Amino acid sequence: MSISVRDVHWSAGSAMIVDGVSIDVAPGKTLGLLGPNGSGKSSLLRLICRLRNVRSGIISLGDTDIAALSRLDIARRVAFVEQQATTDAQVTVLDVVRLGRTPHRGALSAWSAVDDAAVNTALFHVGMPGRAGQLWHTLSGGERQRVHIARALAQTPSELLLDEPTNHLDIQHQLEILSLVARLPVTSIVALHDLNLAAMFCDGLAVLHRGKVVAAGTPEDILTERLMADVFGVRAHIERSAYNGRYHVQYRID
Amino acid sequence: MTLAAIGQPVATGERWWARLALATLTLVALAFMISLAVSIGEISIPLTTTGKAVANRIFGASFELSRIHEGIVWDYRLSRALLAASAGAALALSGAILQALLRNPLAEPYVLGISAGASTGAVAVMILGFGYGVLTLSAGAFLGAVVAFVLVSALAVGAGGGADRIILAGVAGSQLFNALTSYIVTTSASAEQARGVMFWLLGSLAGVRWPDVYLAAPVALGGFAVSMFHARALDAFTFGIDAAAALGIAVNRVRMILLGTTALMTAAMVSIVGSIGFVGLVIPHAARFLVGPSHGRLLPASALIGAIFMVAADIASRVIVPQQILPIGVVTALFGAPAFAFILYKARRPV
Repeated sequence: MSISVRDVHWSAGSAMIVDGVSIDVAPGKTLGLLGPNGSGKSSLLRLICRLRNVRSGIISLGDTDIAALSRLDIARRVAFVEQQATTDAQVTVLDVVRLGRTPHRGALSAWSAVDDAAVNTALFHVGMPGRAGQLWHTLSGGERQRVHIARALAQTPSELLLDEPTNHLDIQHQLEILSLVARLPVTSIVALHDLNLAAMFCDGLAVLHRGKVVAAGTPEDILTERLMADVFGVRAHIERSAYNGRYHVQYRID
Repeated sequence: MTLAAIGQPVATGERWWARLALATLTLVALAFMISLAVSIGEISIPLTTTGKAVANRIFGASFELSRIHEGIVWDYRLSRALLAASAGAALALSGAILQALLRNPLAEPYVLGISAGASTGAVAVMILGFGYGVLTLSAGAFLGAVVAFVLVSALAVGAGGGADRIILAGVAGSQLFNALTSYIVTTSASAEQARGVMFWLLGSLAGVRWPDVYLAAPVALGGFAVSMFHARALDAFTFGIDAAAALGIAVNRVRMILLGTTALMTAAMVSIVGSIGFVGLVIPHAARFLVGPSHGRLLPASALIGAIFMVAADIASRVIVPQQILPIGVVTALFGAPAFAFILYKARRPV
């Protein structure tokens, strides 16, 4: 397994946020992390890249327990895109994407051709190669999101963690970003709210509810009307799309 | 699709020769400013005499000079100018680091309560006679600064340790120590002492001698080396602490090292020359307008501009009012504020 989470607990104060979660993602696969607000998706992503330390349980990258890795070792293989990280600094798109090379450079080593290639490739992937010189504060929300994703790609990760990457994006860029993530030869975990996008682009889904995994498997296995009612509190009609064969969720308000 | 095939040539090449030329030019400007500072004064000394005096002392040359001129150049003005440069560089550097670490454009070297603590330490020695005559004014100020920094740090850690908590802890610490200073001055000081305290608080380079330079210059250079080593880590803080950690920065260690470095630099400078304002807050912003936000360029630019600015301010403080030396803190703000307003206006964002 590329990412393996074993019976992980984490609490903030007395509230148990992640309550005995186990998930596995095979190399190169994309896992969609679903669940209502406050179900522990963001916290789980932060635990996997060790921005927080687990209270109990084991998280492994490949065969290595992340507790045994240095922060730098983790950053060299795992890239993380937070929700809505912003800055007041007068940085350009290029400045931000270049930050992705930080874990690969020594404190005093010079900028190399490899760094250049990684940055240019990342900008190309998010469709912004011509925007390198633009200032951060002139970008729209969706453009900022794409720049963050480019920064993560410039990190040349083997594991990519994305916390609601399609927030603020118009539908064209939602589809582009998710098909990019699905296509990349990296292992990804993507926290998502849009169930239909999750069904379209993810190899597997895990549904979190109150810090626990309540369903895990292929979209076809776990997307049920029962789950929609139990976890999300909505009534839905789910059918296989006649167009692309993926599961499609339609919500009922009657 | 190979990496190279789509590697469109984005302008990422670094023109090292241009940066080297710029750095050399700025260093020359600093050297020129220092020699001006040595030449200008109540007894005006030609630049050539200054050069000869320095050559005599450093390279063992034997130019014929009047002992008085050589004494003024070497014993009074050169040490003073070098200290001004060290203090300007250290304060501007500290400001640049704190603004990045705390992600707050209003952060400055005194945000951690250091100048307030130093002033309390200074008045404790100056007015209360604290230290039984063994403790000098500078030593008292340094002790006060360190005590204040330790208290503020402990409070910040206890309060959760985020950037906002550090700033709030600094506000609490500063208020407390400023109140203590005022309490001591109003209850115990004579009018003459109160005026002396006021003068010290605004910053003064009077009475600076070589031993002060031997302390301040290594502190400034050492602080510069430490902060340059962490320039990329500071860049990584652009999007906050979690983002820096996700880029592999050992966030807690880097924060401790850099906060400690700025505290040490600031405490050393404040204890020698008093709490000179404005430089630490505004020079980093001016430097950012000139060279951009990347710390590999911003830190040296801040240090050099800070040094040049402080030496220039020292010259101004000695020539504005004949027969009188203004507190340098007054000059830095008096001339710096309009200059900064101009920069701010030139760099205005299109609305």
